[in-house]
Amino acid sequence: MSGPTPLAAAVIAALALTTSALAQEFTDERAAMIDTIEEHARLAPGAIEDGQLDPAVLQAMREIPRHEFVPEDVRAYAYQDRPLPIGYGQTISQPFIVALMTDLLDVVPGDKVLEIGTGSGYQAAVLSPLAERVYSIEIVPELGQRAGEVLDELDFANVETKIADGYYGWPEEAPFDAIVVTAAASHIPPPLVEQLKPGGRMVIPIGGPFSAQQLMLVEKLPDGGVTTRQLLPVQFVPFTRAQ
Amino acid sequence: MTVSRATLLAVAAISAAILAYQVLLMRLFSILSWHHFAYMIISIALLGFGASGTVLALAQHRLLPRFAAVFAACAALFAITAVGSFTLAMRLPFNALAIVWDARQLLWLTLSYALLVLPFFFGGGMIGLAFSRFSNEIGRLYAYDLIGAGIGALGVVGILFVLSPTATLRLVAALGLLSAALVLAPAARIARASAVGVAAAALLVALWLPPALTTLHPHISQYKGLAMALRVPDARVIEERSSPLGFVSVVESPTIPFRHAPGLSLNNITEPPLQLGVFTDAESISAITRFEGDLQALRYLDFTTSALPYHLLDDPEVLILGAGGGEQVLLALYHEAPEIDAVELNPDVMELVADDYADFAGGIYDRPEVDVYLSEARSFVRRTPERYDLIQIPLLYSFGAAAAGTQSLHESYTYTVEAMRDYLRRLEPGGMLSITLWLKLPPRDTLKLFATAVEALEESGVADPGEQLVLIRSWKTATLLMKNGAFTPAEIAALKNFAAGRSFDLAYYPGIRAEEANRYNILERPYFFEGATALLGPNAKDYIEGYKFAIGPASDDQPYFYDFFKWRFLPELLRLRTQGAAAMLDMGYLILFATLVQAAILSLVLILAPLAIRRKTFGGTAPKARTSVYFLALGLAFLFIEIAYIQRFILFLGHPLYAVAVVLAGFLIFAGVGSALAPRLDRAMSRRDGSSPLDAVRVAVLGIGAIAILYMFLLPPLFGALITLPDMAKIAVSLMLIAPLACFMGMPFPLGIARVARVSADLIPWAWGINGCASVIAAILATLLAIHIGFTAVVAIAVGLYFAAALALERRIPVLNPADDPA
Repeated sequence: MSGPTPLAAAVIAALALTTSALAQEFTDERAAMIDTIEEHARLAPGAIEDGQLDPAVLQAMREIPRHEFVPEDVRAYAYQDRPLPIGYGQTISQPFIVALMTDLLDVVPGDKVLEIGTGSGYQAAVLSPLAERVYSIEIVPELGQRAGEVLDELDFANVETKIADGYYGWPEEAPFDAIVVTAAASHIPPPLVEQLKPGGRMVIPIGGPFSAQQLMLVEKLPDGGVTTRQLLPVQFVPFTRAQ
Repeated sequence: MTVSRATLLAVAAISAAILAYQVLLMRLFSILSWHHFAYMIISIALLGFGASGTVLALAQHRLLPRFAAVFAACAALFAITAVGSFTLAMRLPFNALAIVWDARQLLWLTLSYALLVLPFFFGGGMIGLAFSRFSNEIGRLYAYDLIGAGIGALGVVGILFVLSPTATLRLVAALGLLSAALVLAPAARIARASAVGVAAAALLVALWLPPALTTLHPHISQYKGLAMALRVPDARVIEERSSPLGFVSVVESPTIPFRHAPGLSLNNITEPPLQLGVFTDAESISAITRFEGDLQALRYLDFTTSALPYHLLDDPEVLILGAGGGEQVLLALYHEAPEIDAVELNPDVMELVADDYADFAGGIYDRPEVDVYLSEARSFVRRTPERYDLIQIPLLYSFGAAAAGTQSLHESYTYTVEAMRDYLRRLEPGGMLSITLWLKLPPRDTLKLFATAVEALEESGVADPGEQLVLIRSWKTATLLMKNGAFTPAEIAALKNFAAGRSFDLAYYPGIRAEEANRYNILERPYFFEGATALLGPNAKDYIEGYKFAIGPASDDQPYFYDFFKWRFLPELLRLRTQGAAAMLDMGYLILFATLVQAAILSLVLILAPLAIRRKTFGGTAPKARTSVYFLALGLAFLFIEIAYIQRFILFLGHPLYAVAVVLAGFLIFAGVGSALAPRLDRAMSRRDGSSPLDAVRVAVLGIGAIAILYMFLLPPLFGALITLPDMAKIAVSLMLIAPLACFMGMPFPLGIARVARVSADLIPWAWGINGCASVIAAILATLLAIHIGFTAVVAIAVGLYFAAALALERRIPVLNPADDPA
């Protein structure tokens, strides 16, 4: 006798249905998440030109299964626009902030991107379809290992991760077109500035684990000089005009 | 019914245990979590006092006949829950930081309240029970209660210098059991046998409890700096020290080193040397930097904004207020400062650099040009006869009386108008004060500091404050310079040179042009330049008024430098919170306010419950509204004065911890004396002509009012004149000043209870509960009021409340006369 028994067939069919229903559900949730991100972006013109995020960034986020990057107990909230705990004192950033940071990096096809602080691996995944290659360094072994596994399972083949000290960057693969530093640091390591290509951009979120307060954009000028910009993710003028 | 000496001691013991537990919990939760959440949880848990009053009011008829057994059972339950509730509460997955995002956190928070209310419920119940049982001797009982509490307050601070917080927790539990043993001792033979058993248990608990119950490390929030540092491979704690000032951990991270250098310029290329991380209460990192005599290894420090004054001054004699791990001393050494005085508040931190890790730190404190002083910054500046060319205040990890376990919200006497004037007086002509803060966006603290400096200069009689101020910023820090004199063109040239070489932005200097302000680290607008210019301009008041954060100058009367909250702009911030404005919400203030609302609602329920449940019979025809107003007003007023005086004495006693310990213990102990004297005053007054409008309560209240008002005028000059006395003399002076005021403050409560006992003894536990609720509300309200109107106003309101209490108590209620007491 060949082929599945009727019972097994029914189980497989049911499983397939459930899986596709789940996948479908998450597709809807992702679409809703993108709507929220776009709405927030429209309200924060200070940080984003024309209030429009790069469609390629949004497309990447529309496709990447964010729920795979968060621990099971918070999976239900994976597509809400909020930061979530991922263990080891780290968080996965709020989707809007991820979109904003990725947009600020201005990644174009062919770019090499370095990430300091792999965390959940989600930021690296979002960068993956935009860049030629993504290199990501994590200091906490357990986190780096988990993120590496998830990225492998989901077949983000152009992302390379390692567990190391992010201070020295990844000199073997330098220079980079873009660098994102999501690990809290008291200062910007000089090797990272050095490994940034002239014309390249570096983004650093500044703030506590559940509150990205401001984003810092470091731009390396063609002549090697460096400027920095501080951006608030929100349109907020701190004073009212005196009468 | 005469109260035995053993019962009096039992009341004193439980009182001491409760107060010690309260201070200890604050310590424990500040290590595990964050100060303001710790404060909220403990405040609500203290409502256990109010709850015990309510339950007693309803069940006293069943409980009072078995006084010794119930008292002993409550004491045992206090001991069990003091450890048990804490050990369970620290295991809850409550994450304070996620509260903006995650409603589930409220569930864990509520559960923390429910657990921690238990020890206060049982402890409070014991005292309320004793008051009801021996209402005829309320003066003595209340005296033992207060004196016990005073000893507990003082004792726990002393013990925390010697023992770890977890060992202290065992002592608190043991003290609870001891209280049970004491009350059982004079009873029947069987009870006496059990007293011996309970005493033995107390001894055992004091010496040993399963370590898993009280070990803190695994339960420290994973988001705190220490927990994160220890995630790094090979990082480990190499030393721990504990005192009431904080739990200090030294961390070594050989594989991936600490490179603590906040706000370092991007132009820097020197990697910081090896460092040891020093964490206080598992947060607030400071670093001890390895120094082997090679000044060039310290070059990176010259690329921080704090280095600016060294480029404007030649060979300055330096005072560093807040030495921490010694980083600023190294910066001064790098610039070859000929005289360096470093002041540090925490003896543990000082010893780490001076002794334990002196070799690692290159013996910087042993160098001939360096002198180290253990003192609070402000008080050192007031006492020292020296004048300096540079007073340097680096990034401080905040410390206030709060950290020592009192209930307040990070007051800071370092950044007030009066403080700036003190610093200015200690500067040589041409000398500079340099203060570095974190750079936050939208600007808050930096502008508040600037506004405070402008006001200090104006009050010092400077015609043009703008001539004496400079403000620069990196991407993460800002440094303000205030000069004793006008900046010279040469200094301004040096300033520009310094900033340009490090890509630091000029935010203000006399003569700055708008286009110079926002060049390297570009903001959407030149906020800091605009703010500084506006604060020096004719419309400064309008600017402060229209600003969406509170950036008006901080003063000694309203020392809340870190509070930026304005109600008016809360709706806007709440609307924007999910877009990234969550970090702009002033959680400290909001949590304080939320605590007040919760405490008020719960108190109302607790106070009204007996009236609702036993509507007909409760308290008979006794005037319940007046009774509740009386005890509510007393509870509020006592704490208002106590908290305001702790603040008043911080600068005089030179240390927030001394102020807490001395003032708290002084108030409690002398109020205890007052309570013991109250019956005598009552008898004396009742022997007088009945037509006199004065009774004992009114005499006490008049005494309180007169002394409090006198002190408003007397204390500032007196403190000024006596500040140079030795510590012990200052403590003695403080206690002498507190004694008469506290003595009067200890009288109205027992006098009121005695009167209530005459009318309806039913009401005694209820009154005790009301007083407990009022104390909780008062502690929170005092801070909120001080933020808005200052501590002087808090004292004035307290005096008003005492008068209101006196008026609320009807004089026609017969006075106390123990001879014909119904018991």
